[in-house]
Amino acid sequence: MTSVRYTKDHEYVRVEGDVAVVGISDYAQQQLGDVVFVELPEIGKVVTKGGEAAVVESVKAASEVYAPLSGEVVEVNSELEGAPGLVNEAAEGKGWFMKLKLSDPAELNDLMNEHAYRDFLDTLA
Amino acid sequence: MDQSEPLLETPLFSAHRALGARMVPFAGYQMPVQYPDGILAEHGWTRTHAGLFDVSHMGQALLRGPDHATTARALEALAPADFANLAPGRQRYSQLLAPDGGIIDDFMVTRPLAPEADGTLILVVNAACKAGDFAHIAAHLPEGVALIERPERALLALQGPEVAAVMARHCPQAAALDFMAAIPTDFDGIPVEVSRSGYTGEDGFEISVENDKAPLLWAALLAEPEVKAIGLGARDSLRLEAGLCLYGHDIDLSTSPIEAGLMWSIQKRRRTEGGFPGAERIQRELADGPARVRVGLRLEGRAPAREGAEIASDGAVVGRVTSGGFAPTLAAPIAMGYVPPALSAPGTRLDILVRGKALAATVTPLPFVPTRYARKSKAGA
Repeated sequence: MTSVRYTKDHEYVRVEGDVAVVGISDYAQQQLGDVVFVELPEIGKVVTKGGEAAVVESVKAASEVYAPLSGEVVEVNSELEGAPGLVNEAAEGKGWFMKLKLSDPAELNDLMNEHAYRDFLDTLA
Repeated sequence: MDQSEPLLETPLFSAHRALGARMVPFAGYQMPVQYPDGILAEHGWTRTHAGLFDVSHMGQALLRGPDHATTARALEALAPADFANLAPGRQRYSQLLAPDGGIIDDFMVTRPLAPEADGTLILVVNAACKAGDFAHIAAHLPEGVALIERPERALLALQGPEVAAVMARHCPQAAALDFMAAIPTDFDGIPVEVSRSGYTGEDGFEISVENDKAPLLWAALLAEPEVKAIGLGARDSLRLEAGLCLYGHDIDLSTSPIEAGLMWSIQKRRRTEGGFPGAERIQRELADGPARVRVGLRLEGRAPAREGAEIASDGAVVGRVTSGGFAPTLAAPIAMGYVPPALSAPGTRLDILVRGKALAATVTPLPFVPTRYARKSKAGA
């Protein structure tokens, strides 16, 4: 059973032990179109839930990516530097953005599970 | 644009939907920003094959007077190009100017080839400006010259290195046209007005056709193996690589044609004689140089700089980006913006401030990607 959670801003969190893998949802990458650059945070940066954590640039525009949970950035996906298109190919897989060491795991309860996120997406159509 | 106004549709709206286009509001119309292939693929296809664009949202009109000299003179009172010496069947780029030399809009002007059309000029203006442009032109015409809008016509652009082969199958007369030449002809029996021009830096055609025939033309072109539908997203990245101005971004009421590097579009007689709005400023800028000039910028790294980003030199802000993005052909970020002339020489190192960081950039000659227009030496093959 995976425990993927989503925000209304279309970030996802996949909790693996005490770290959470963060990225943008497949829906988000479809909406953005071709990703040409991702600005990732420095390792060690402390982010707070809802705060700015990264920037994703498509051909057309720059979009901010918010931290879905509070924590410390312990790893970033350096493959995105040379291959930002991974976000389009596998947003919720190889196109992940960063790993956070959570400071308040209880915040997870505020996020939508996969089922709730699908229902949320249906309301956007 | 007033958000409460219902969005207009071009005659190709259903065709875009059928192709799975993502439609967005643009200049009051619902327009395809991209098709399922995406902007990068569409951009690449246009640079290597032939891209088909619906640009029916643009404003088409006729300026009609008793003879060419009278109509040309009427337009010369509003725009700085030499329309009097525009030959039949030739097209010219120009700008509608404000009294202070700022740009109201940029537009294309064609003198029809047919002798019976003498006294008529064909205008194509930007979609977002068309209501204002047409009102401005109509308000400044002398007795006997009239502006006739052409809402009954659609406009398609076919752009890319393989366009001539495609057109030869449907519209052989057009395939022999020289760059910036135009003819009335027919396309599979459909009456069209075709010019050899475009907004991508590639060889290309722009085809004006009556609205009800536009879907037929669209389908006939898309059925060709070289042709794919291309959205406004790639249209923007293509024109940026070609170093072409986008009205409302790279040029506007605050910029003069000289600042924008468009002096080539003001022919010699007009530079000398003046007689157009803002002539005093433009002649002064031609003589003494403008206070700022439009330049191309190539950024180091992969992060794009967008419109509005500040351009700095030695820590001081010296200008602003007016268009910026990722150049698919170069696989690198590029931008255009205005800087003082002293900092405009190719090779000048500048910084562009993006999210608090200074990104290194170098002034680069425009276009970023070489243009491949069908100039005379190559035409008529």
